[in-house]
Amino acid sequence: MLELLRLQRLQVGPVDLKVDAGTCVAIEGRSGSGKSVLLRMVADLDPHEGDAALEGRRCSQMPAPAWRRQVTYVAAASGWWHDTVAPHFADPAQLRAWLPRVGLPAEAADWEVARLSTGERQRLALLRAMTPHNRVLLLDEPTSGLDAETTAQVEALLHERLAAGTALVLVTHDPQQAARLAQQRYLLADGRLQENML
Amino acid sequence: MQQLSALQLAATAVLVLLAAALSLLLQLGIARSMLVAATRTVVQLLLVGTVLKTLYAHEAPWLTLLVMLAMLAAAAHETFSRQDRRFAGATAVALASLPVAMASILVSSAALATVHPAHLLSPQVAIPLFGIVLGNAMSSASVTLNTFTTALVRDRAAVEARLALGESRYAALGGIQRGAARNGMIPIINQMAAAGVITLPGMMTGQILAGMAPVEAAKYQIFVLFLLAGAAAIAVAATTYAAAWRATDPRHRLRLDRLRNT
Repeated sequence: MLELLRLQRLQVGPVDLKVDAGTCVAIEGRSGSGKSVLLRMVADLDPHEGDAALEGRRCSQMPAPAWRRQVTYVAAASGWWHDTVAPHFADPAQLRAWLPRVGLPAEAADWEVARLSTGERQRLALLRAMTPHNRVLLLDEPTSGLDAETTAQVEALLHERLAAGTALVLVTHDPQQAARLAQQRYLLADGRLQENML
Repeated sequence: MQQLSALQLAATAVLVLLAAALSLLLQLGIARSMLVAATRTVVQLLLVGTVLKTLYAHEAPWLTLLVMLAMLAAAAHETFSRQDRRFAGATAVALASLPVAMASILVSSAALATVHPAHLLSPQVAIPLFGIVLGNAMSSASVTLNTFTTALVRDRAAVEARLALGESRYAALGGIQRGAARNGMIPIINQMAAAGVITLPGMMTGQILAGMAPVEAAKYQIFVLFLLAGAAAIAVAATTYAAAWRATDPRHRLRLDRLRNT
C-alpha cells in the first residue's frame, strides 16, 4: 500500500520500504538516528530526495496537502492553534465518542489546550489524525508519555485501525510495543534500515 | 510666516539637557542616547532643510526622483535592520524594500495626481508627501514582518501540525498572517482615532504654528492620514503574503531553514 522509494535527507537514507494495508512497521533506533527525519520525509514535510507512493500514486504527482490527508504524520510533540480541544477536530461528535477509548472523559473535548498534560496532548493528537481520509499513520513515539494501562488502550485502538485496513509506521523506543503491534521490525542505524529480528 | 530665531531654539535645548540631567540623577542610563538623538535631530533636520532649499531652487524633476530613490533606500535599510529574524539571502532585502516601495509609490503618485496634478514632481509638494507616506508604510511593514517571523518561530509546532493534517500553506499560516497584519495596522488606526482629541498631529501642529488657518490645516491633516492608512494597508498586505510565500515552499512545507537570527 505505502511504498518508499530511495527517500534521502541529511544523514538518513536512501530508504526503501513497503508497508501493506492493515500492517504495522516498527522502526527502532537510538536517539538522533533520524527516525523522525524519516517519518517527516514520508509525509513530505521537509525537502528530500526520492519519492513515496500510496497504492502506486506518487507523492510528487499530487498536491502535498492531498498526500498528507492520507499519509498523516503525528509528531512526538503536538501543535495546537485553538484555545480548546474540540475546534481542532473536523468531527467533534466522533471525538467525543473516541475519547473514552483513550482513557479520557468526553468532557475533554471542551478542555483548554494550555492545561493539557503531555500525555493528554499525545492521545488527542492521535485522535485528530484519525480522519476518514487517513490511510497511513506515521506515529512518532505515540505512547512515550503514557502509563501501561493507557498505553494498552491506545494500542487497542491502533489494532482496530489496523483491522480496518490502515497502515502504520511506528517509531518507538519500546521493543515490547514494537513486538505487540508490528509485523515488520527495523532498526535505523547509520541512516539505513536494517531488519531487526532480535 | 512665523520664524524661529536661533536663540529661541537654543532655549528649548535647555529642556533636553534637563531631561539628560534627570536621567543621570535617576540612573536611567539613557542620558547619552538622549543627547546623541537630540544632536542627530539638529544635524539631520538642518541638513534636510538645506538639501530641500537647494532642490527648490532648481526644480529639476530628475533631482526630485533621485532624492526619492535615496529615501526609499534609507527606508528599506531601516526595515531591514529592524528585524529580529531575517530571511536568508536576497529575500531579506526584497521583503524589506518591495512592499514599502510599492505602497508608497502607488499612494503618493495617486495623491499627487489628484491634488497637485500640475506639480507632480515639484520638490515642494512631492518630497514631503512622499516622505511622510514612506515613513509610515515603513513602520507598518517592519512591525508586520517582525510580528510574522516571531510568531512563526513561536507557533512552529502548530503550523507544522496543520500542514501535517493536510491544510494548505496559506490556511496553516492564516492566523499568523492576520495577527501580523493587525499589529501593522494598529498604529495608524490609533493615530486616526486619537487625532485632534488626544493629540494634535505633528504636521497640523507645525502648520498652525507656522501660521496656517486651523481648518485648512485640519483638512490637510485628514488628507494625509487617509493616505497613510492606504499606504499602510498596501504595505502590510504585501508583506504578509510575501513573507508567508517565502516561509513555505510549493510543496506546502514550512521552511524555517530560510530564517536567520540577527
